[in-house]
Amino acid sequence: MKVPISWLKEFVDIDIPVERLAERLTLAGLEVSGITYIGVPQGQADGVRWPNSDHLVWDREKILLCRIREVKPHPNADRLVIAMVDYGGAELEACVTGAPNLFPYKGLGPLDEPLWAVWAAEGAEVWDGHSDEPKRMILKEKSLRGIPNRSMVCSEKELGISDEHEGNLLLREQPLNQVTGQPAVPGTPLQDVLGDIILEVELTPNLARAYSIYGVAREVAALLGKPVRPPAYDYLAEGAPIDGAAAIEIRAPELNPRFTLALLRDVEIKPSPEWMQRRLKLVGQRPINNIVDVTNYVTFEIGQPLHAFDYDKLVARAGGRPPTIITRLPEPGETLTTLDEKTRQLEPHNILVCDTAGVLSLGGIIGGAETEISAETKNVLLEAANWNFINIRRTMQSQKVFTDAGTRFSRGVHPSQAILGLQRGIELMRQTAGGQIARGILDAYPQPSPTVRVELPIGEVRRLLGMDLDVETVADILRRLLFDVAVRSDTLDVTVPDFRTDIGTGVVGQADLIEDIARIYGYDRIPDTMISDQIPPQWTNVDLVREERARDVLVALGLRENISHRFTTPEREAQLIPPGADNPYAGGYVEIANPLSADKTALRHSLLISLLENARANARFTARQQVFEIGSVYFQRRPGALPDEPRRLGILMTGPRRVADWASGLAADNVDFFDLKGVVEGLLDGLHIAEASFSRAAHPSFHPGRSALLTVGGVDIGAFGEIHPQVAQTFELTAAPLLAAEFDLDALLAAMPDRHETQPLLNTPPVYQDIALVVSQETPAAAVQAAIIKAGGKLLRSVRLFDVYQGGSVPEGHKSLAYNLVYQAEDRTLTDAEVAKVHQKIVKACERELGAKLRG
Amino acid sequence: MLEQLEQLYQQALAEIEQITDAESLRAWEIGYLGKKGSITQMLRSTGQLPPEQRASFGKRANQIKLDLTAAYEAREKLVREQALARDLEEGQVDVTLPGRARPTGGLHPSTQILRQLYAIWAEMGFQVYRSRDVEDDDTNFTLLNIPPHHPARDMWDTFYTTTPGVILRTHTSPGQIHAMRDLGGNGTQPIRVILPGMCYRYEQVTARSEMQFHQLEGLAIGRSIRMSDLKGTITAFAHRMYGAHAAVRFRASYFPFTEPSMEVDVECFLCGGKGCRVCKYAGWLEIAGAGMVHPEVLRNGGYDPTVWSGFAFGMGPERMAMLKYRISDIRYFWQNDLRFLEQF
Ligand SMILES: [Zn+2]
Repeated sequence: MKVPISWLKEFVDIDIPVERLAERLTLAGLEVSGITYIGVPQGQADGVRWPNSDHLVWDREKILLCRIREVKPHPNADRLVIAMVDYGGAELEACVTGAPNLFPYKGLGPLDEPLWAVWAAEGAEVWDGHSDEPKRMILKEKSLRGIPNRSMVCSEKELGISDEHEGNLLLREQPLNQVTGQPAVPGTPLQDVLGDIILEVELTPNLARAYSIYGVAREVAALLGKPVRPPAYDYLAEGAPIDGAAAIEIRAPELNPRFTLALLRDVEIKPSPEWMQRRLKLVGQRPINNIVDVTNYVTFEIGQPLHAFDYDKLVARAGGRPPTIITRLPEPGETLTTLDEKTRQLEPHNILVCDTAGVLSLGGIIGGAETEISAETKNVLLEAANWNFINIRRTMQSQKVFTDAGTRFSRGVHPSQAILGLQRGIELMRQTAGGQIARGILDAYPQPSPTVRVELPIGEVRRLLGMDLDVETVADILRRLLFDVAVRSDTLDVTVPDFRTDIGTGVVGQADLIEDIARIYGYDRIPDTMISDQIPPQWTNVDLVREERARDVLVALGLRENISHRFTTPEREAQLIPPGADNPYAGGYVEIANPLSADKTALRHSLLISLLENARANARFTARQQVFEIGSVYFQRRPGALPDEPRRLGILMTGPRRVADWASGLAADNVDFFDLKGVVEGLLDGLHIAEASFSRAAHPSFHPGRSALLTVGGVDIGAFGEIHPQVAQTFELTAAPLLAAEFDLDALLAAMPDRHETQPLLNTPPVYQDIALVVSQETPAAAVQAAIIKAGGKLLRSVRLFDVYQGGSVPEGHKSLAYNLVYQAEDRTLTDAEVAKVHQKIVKACERELGAKLRG
Repeated sequence: MLEQLEQLYQQALAEIEQITDAESLRAWEIGYLGKKGSITQMLRSTGQLPPEQRASFGKRANQIKLDLTAAYEAREKLVREQALARDLEEGQVDVTLPGRARPTGGLHPSTQILRQLYAIWAEMGFQVYRSRDVEDDDTNFTLLNIPPHHPARDMWDTFYTTTPGVILRTHTSPGQIHAMRDLGGNGTQPIRVILPGMCYRYEQVTARSEMQFHQLEGLAIGRSIRMSDLKGTITAFAHRMYGAHAAVRFRASYFPFTEPSMEVDVECFLCGGKGCRVCKYAGWLEIAGAGMVHPEVLRNGGYDPTVWSGFAFGMGPERMAMLKYRISDIRYFWQNDLRFLEQF
């Protein structure tokens, strides 16, 4: 919300630099996100930092308020005129200008009502009005079509007020000198007339009370310890009574607690006064006419939105009789065409303002087109009402209409404000549009809100803030915030002012007050302490410790961690399956009701989709990719329930085994199944999981011959291996074998032992022997190794496969497996005979169990 | 024969004087002193001499063998020293050539920041408690004092699922409810936990905003937890995270589930508080939101708010990483471009 300092000062005196005020407000929860300067220099406050502003500062000697006393024709140019400017000097200054808004005065001789304008003297710095880019210039004497010219009458763009450069800035009335409060005379520095500073204040949802200039002024007053001056709410009512001219009927008081009406007869619709237009522009509103402008002005001034009806249109709709305003919920099928020219299908919860002929407006949010104020309006019926904030917000969201009025009501406005807004509005209308206010006000307030009272023991303040504030300090802070406080020894009886809709009752009300006390006292003045409370029972998150251990092992194995978006689509994941295969991913998705884009409609079922899509993107830059991801996948197991969110581990490897460098030449060897298996085994080792076994996988995303299922302790952990060539093709990852794994991380980590045992280091001499066994092609290597280990017994210390060979002397359909064996006893040096005996036993066992032959 | 021996001796001495490399020296040794070396053979043939000559010949031959062995050892030492000197003088490589590349792995920057946070908070007695990503509306909002249609809901743009009342959590705060109900023993036990997790917001993805991000929430519940404890604890955290002299500032703010609520700023560590582009020339960087747990939330967690109190805070690991590593685009985090990941 934009807060002009000039407007703020109407309600509270400010005697500190604006930059300091901005910091005070920010620390107190009204965050000032920006400061805009109009014509005045940026201030300095010790210890307060703001970005340097590059606005134009109006020279106090050279940019002045002026009056144009006469507009003379230019002797040599039809499209130029000569303005005779009274800038407070001894003589009039002649300024050549092409401003179209001076042409109506051309050749009229000395003006009866000289024009109020802004004059810049020779040497003054202004913005270049003709430049598209912001560009400054210094005024210098130059001749314009034969007439010497050294100063000028300024446009808004030249002054940096707006982008308007069609004509000169002309004020319709004599402005005020903001410093003296007196009417300003020609020659007054423009800084004192139009100079201003605008604070951009960000209001959190709890600050409904500050959603107006007066509301911010109340906060400023409390922070600075100054009195706040409310606007005038009295009004002059001399017209015929409103009784009998209109009536109110509230049918849903819980949604419309209060509705008030006032009537102003015989108005003149015209532009609103200069001062009001200026303030509306400063807060970002476009002036329309005096009646509509007042409704907006009061909305911004005190936060109570108003709505003005053309009274005669209501009378006409009522068939010439006095109208009855009815607030109610819609009938089935009712529609309303609002001021934004949209015809709206009304929903059952949309509270409406109606008359006997139908719907007039969407209550508290936007008016209807039919009864709006027009240039012909003679009599104005002014509405100030109160609406249930929750329902207003719901309607704004479902009807997708966001207005200044609706935004304020949706944050909560107290019903007491309605009558104040009505009085303020109808009197301002009378002042700007003339006419007579009807005597009396129609006020329907079926369910008055009770006054909130909170009992606040000082001990609660101390318990929650952790400092010994005394009762008087606390009472003083609350009074500065306009709470009514009675002190009863150690307890404060607090009566909440009606604009504080955010203060609850009981223990919640106490917390609400304590926040205000801390805020105004200053968070920085509350001490920093360490917790002295009892330490809770300590425990270790084993689940997290194990997960982080898995990350460390994978990183040590040379993999980089990915973290991906968890959003996908069933169609994207269907790409993980070759054409024609059953899709194990189908169904059971957590679907997003409001997806951001068509490719993010559901939560993933598989980490493979994340890893393959990442790999495709990375393939543009690098051939070698070795990554992992740990994260959740989501399954809607039962309709209506919360989904399962199991943790998965995904691995992807592709491209050269080594990183290429100058010394090793081009690294052409691509990783294959056994590189991935090495990583899987490394992970199992790192997690000290011993009971792992590998069998053929039957997972459609993988190559049927070069993929495996990892099982640990009889539990399936998941498949890994080469991605099915047709799937790799879909992801355009065919340059090298594409290896991937997807494991059930919960199951894997559950298999981790709490502790593992180390092997003693032996000092007895080891005996190294090799053995090469020829077995049939189908015999799994794991079976051979298992037979060797079993037969080797205690003396066989380690077995390592070092060669797999086919062809040559190895018969067709067979392979040779060569192992390094290490024999070692714990307590003695082995004799040759002992070793030979064990070795022979191994050979025999392999022959017997696997049909193996010793390779000659 | 003796003459022959003497001649061989002189010849061997002359030859060894000329030797400058280890290989020739080894050949010399084998040639004279090896098993089939000429001196060794001479010694072996002593038996063929007439008996009266044997003693003196043998004595002389042995003497020569000892001399030559000594000469060999002296020469060997010399050659070794010369070779060493040569290697030290001439055996240079171009040390500016790059080393042989070693493949390395690495943790995602978000994981690295999370681990740093786990470690700091663990020192202060806060343990990691995790809860689910897909939440019910009640736990994400209503139990945190954000009733349906309340304007405070505007603070979170929410992803809804097609299951009514089920959403993607917009923050880790629902974990507060889970933690209190799970660990609180029906409002009888103090709690000190941190709650990390992925959160989701219905927001267009741009360089500055993501639809998915980590949060790390903290929660302390006890019989005498005060706002001064919150300030002291957060300040202690900031000193560990951003340096022992980092200035910390607390600004009043609003969260429906805490009261009093605050935003926490740390003096910009990029410009030392003088003002720069990153801190928008304010000299402060926002690092956390925090506050005293709202009485309604305590109640919803099973605690009596007139006896128990607590504080909570929340911070964004990606934002912390962006500041720490000057990452300009938040989209880098989940794109997994290896060129990005390899920088950590
Ligand atoms: Zn900075």
